[in-house]
Amino acid sequence: MTNSSPQRLLTPKEIGSYAFLALILLVVLPMSMDVFRLNLVGKYLSYTFVAMSLVLCWGYGGILSLGQGIFFGLGGYCMAMFLKLEASSPENTAIQSTPGIPDFMDWNQLTALPWFWEPFNNLGLTLLAVVLVPGLFAFVIALAMFKRRVGGVYFAIITQAVAAILTILIVGSQGMTGGINGITDLRTLLGWDIRTDDAKFILYFVCVFFLFASLLLCQFILKSKLGRLLVAVRDTEERVRFSGYNVDNFKIFVFTFAAMLSAIGGAMFTLQVGFMSPSFVGIVPSIEMVIFCAVGGRLSLFGAVYGVLLVNFAKTTLSEAMPEVWLFALGALFIAVVSIFPDGLAGLYKTYLEPTVDKIFGPLYKKFKQILPSRGSAVKSN
Amino acid sequence: MFDGYTASELTAIFAMQGFAGLILFSVFVLMALGLAIIFGQMGVINMAHGEFMILGAYITYLTSIFFETFLPSLYGIYFFVAMILAFFAAGSLGAFVEWALIRRLYKRPLDTLLATWGLSLILQQIYRSVFGAREKGVSLPDWLMGSIPVTDLVEIPINGIFVMCLTLVVTLGVYYLMQRSQWGAKVRAVVQNRPMASAVGINTSMVDRMTFALGCGIAGVAGSAFTMIGSTGPTSGQLYIVDTFMVVVFGGAANLLGTIASAFTISQAQTILEFFLSGSIAKVLTLGLVVGILMLRPQGLFVLKIRK
Amino acid sequence: MSDKDFVLAVEGLTVSFDGFKAVNDFSFYVEENEIRVIIGPNGAGKTTVLDLICGKTKSTEGSIKFCGKELTKMSEHGIVHAGVGRKFQNPSVYEDLTVFENLELSYPKGRNVFGALTFKRSQEVLDAIQETAEMVFLVEMLDKSAALLSHGQKQWLEIGMLLIQNPSLLMLDEPVAGMSVAERKKTAELLRKITKDRSVIVIEHDMNFVADIADRVTVMHQGKLLSEGSMNHVQNDPKVVEVYLGH
Repeated sequence: MTNSSPQRLLTPKEIGSYAFLALILLVVLPMSMDVFRLNLVGKYLSYTFVAMSLVLCWGYGGILSLGQGIFFGLGGYCMAMFLKLEASSPENTAIQSTPGIPDFMDWNQLTALPWFWEPFNNLGLTLLAVVLVPGLFAFVIALAMFKRRVGGVYFAIITQAVAAILTILIVGSQGMTGGINGITDLRTLLGWDIRTDDAKFILYFVCVFFLFASLLLCQFILKSKLGRLLVAVRDTEERVRFSGYNVDNFKIFVFTFAAMLSAIGGAMFTLQVGFMSPSFVGIVPSIEMVIFCAVGGRLSLFGAVYGVLLVNFAKTTLSEAMPEVWLFALGALFIAVVSIFPDGLAGLYKTYLEPTVDKIFGPLYKKFKQILPSRGSAVKSN
Repeated sequence: MFDGYTASELTAIFAMQGFAGLILFSVFVLMALGLAIIFGQMGVINMAHGEFMILGAYITYLTSIFFETFLPSLYGIYFFVAMILAFFAAGSLGAFVEWALIRRLYKRPLDTLLATWGLSLILQQIYRSVFGAREKGVSLPDWLMGSIPVTDLVEIPINGIFVMCLTLVVTLGVYYLMQRSQWGAKVRAVVQNRPMASAVGINTSMVDRMTFALGCGIAGVAGSAFTMIGSTGPTSGQLYIVDTFMVVVFGGAANLLGTIASAFTISQAQTILEFFLSGSIAKVLTLGLVVGILMLRPQGLFVLKIRK
Repeated sequence: MSDKDFVLAVEGLTVSFDGFKAVNDFSFYVEENEIRVIIGPNGAGKTTVLDLICGKTKSTEGSIKFCGKELTKMSEHGIVHAGVGRKFQNPSVYEDLTVFENLELSYPKGRNVFGALTFKRSQEVLDAIQETAEMVFLVEMLDKSAALLSHGQKQWLEIGMLLIQNPSLLMLDEPVAGMSVAERKKTAELLRKITKDRSVIVIEHDMNFVADIADRVTVMHQGKLLSEGSMNHVQNDPKVVEVYLGH
């Protein structure tokens, strides 16, 4: 009986997957790319946080959010506000009519910093805000929706409407948010110039570090009973409810967690790319993030990472060479991924490649199994 | 926000904005009707609905060019020809899409949503490649130009009246088709009990296809009407899709009267707010209000018949 | 008699959907360790009564007292925690999970978010799962995906998922529907075994099965109580005969 035998948090096979990803992200890419390209990969990697969040809430929980851009954007904006304030020191902005406030505020005849910018003078508060502001926002949306038993396509459409509202608000209040251009011209983090090649190189590794931390955290959640509950809710919500679970709370949890994860991605994006704008918040980017996840495989955390990288490499290559082809390709990708290979890259890997890989590494896994102490409760992922 | 306006000016503003709202309402109704039929009767979210509408608009544009070049004497009636062409073009494309894509995804509404979004991207790019990125406008025939003065301050544009009449005719037609005709009875039978409908000899997959085609066809007509009041670009449809979904969801899907009532509320709220506040804030308030109301009263407004 | 003597006391229960009263001023009482079968023609309101008891549907009027607790105001999971388990008409199990996992998720521990995150498969849990699986004839299937079970096995699994919670009131909506004769026999045996220390309400159409298990039978018709008593009593009640055999 495999089920009742003790299970591990990480099986040898999964350790293999981590090792392979680490090899690619920590060795192969940094060694084979110049800083400009590596920074681009770093930018893509910041989307993987969103893709992973969608694996949790859409793939496992069955909750499709078409508004993950909201949380990615909020996280990114929180980070950008801190960096912008640092870049707008009175010395840097001496030529403005009101020195010491961000340039776009000055252009819009603001003479004082709006109250909600004040906390972003402090890095500690900013880092808290990066996670808590989107988390709280998601919590409120989820509380209102799930307690009222709004779900499925209605939830998807409403998250989309919220994304639309937020974009319009940001674009509309130019003086306080930088409007359509977003918050640009970010320079230093506590005096450390983030625009240099060295900084970009380091930030890439910071991003990879957070990526692995998030992967482990997500895997912990999916392997806990909560992960199986999410699958159960997706299958037959009613049965879970009448087995004594308050299903709404689980949905609220996973949606809020997903939002916080996306927000970390947003903050990493701002740090690496050096600006944040409403074009990462609205309907179109939000739904594009869903395709990253779908291409990778909506039930696979690793798939999500590879999906993001693949789609974005394709996007960059194609839209540089033949911009008109990119939209066709993206459209076709949406259609193909739901009608032909719903389990995405992870599904294809499982069917075609995994048997071969297992054959090669099988003996190694066995050895590993003997060395590793067994612990905790875990179960094969679904 | 009422500072600086006299009472009679305010009345005139409300009347004019109310009328502008009625035109927006007409386009909303035309777009939402098609969407409501597809969503309400079939449970399918069609994110490419806006692109079907734009197809109708481009067909109308092409027809106007054709008449302008070859049949200038008949230019006055080009619109009617265009509308019929738009209906059939969008409807046929709809039938094809149902056959090629939608019917494989009936039990997975969220996946349908993503697939139709992909379709919308492809259609947008096709429009961009064929018609260019610039917006296209049609010139109105003489009899649709100008406006009727009602009082000194209030004038009503003729094209607006025309769009409203058109909406009324289409709405009545759809109502008749769905509620009074043999075909509508079949559609409703399939919604309520698919195996039973199939057992009594209704070709349910054909009913699905025709329902989808009808919804898309109506979107095509909406596109035709759209050219009367605005110009058409490859992404014009996308601008309306969220609004339209809010209309449908707000009205309670599967309920044509609810759809009309909610289109009216949303369009009026938006145009009247728009005059006093900036357009974007008006939109935020309207959408926010709808989301808020949906949170408070989902049970009353979400009357969805689920496909079994 | 006071309410305390009953495990379940339903009084004046009414629910109306758009003016249609699916259950109309319905009262009935279930004693400790009793197997009560509710029968009645289609649309009599049997399933709706179960829906009302477990909180799936909110009543318009009336009271439902379970061990002295009023259920009509409680949340669905609260009612489960109080000790009411309910099996649905169509077997509803988690098809994407294994039989083991189905039972594990039903084990009454770690039911909030934090608890679910930190839930451990202790020996206690494993034993309970093993024991339950034996009882519902599914030991061999523990590692199989629930989607692979036969219709009858899914019914058993769902009953097992309820048993592992050890409810004091078990409600079963058509537990033998879709089962073979052999499976029916086994199920009747199972029901007799599991009712030793709890009360059970069963909705069933199969009269042989009903006669086999019922302590008392409640007959519903058009949302109302038509007759109640032993199987023998209701079978000979002229009102019941009229409803079932027509005029």
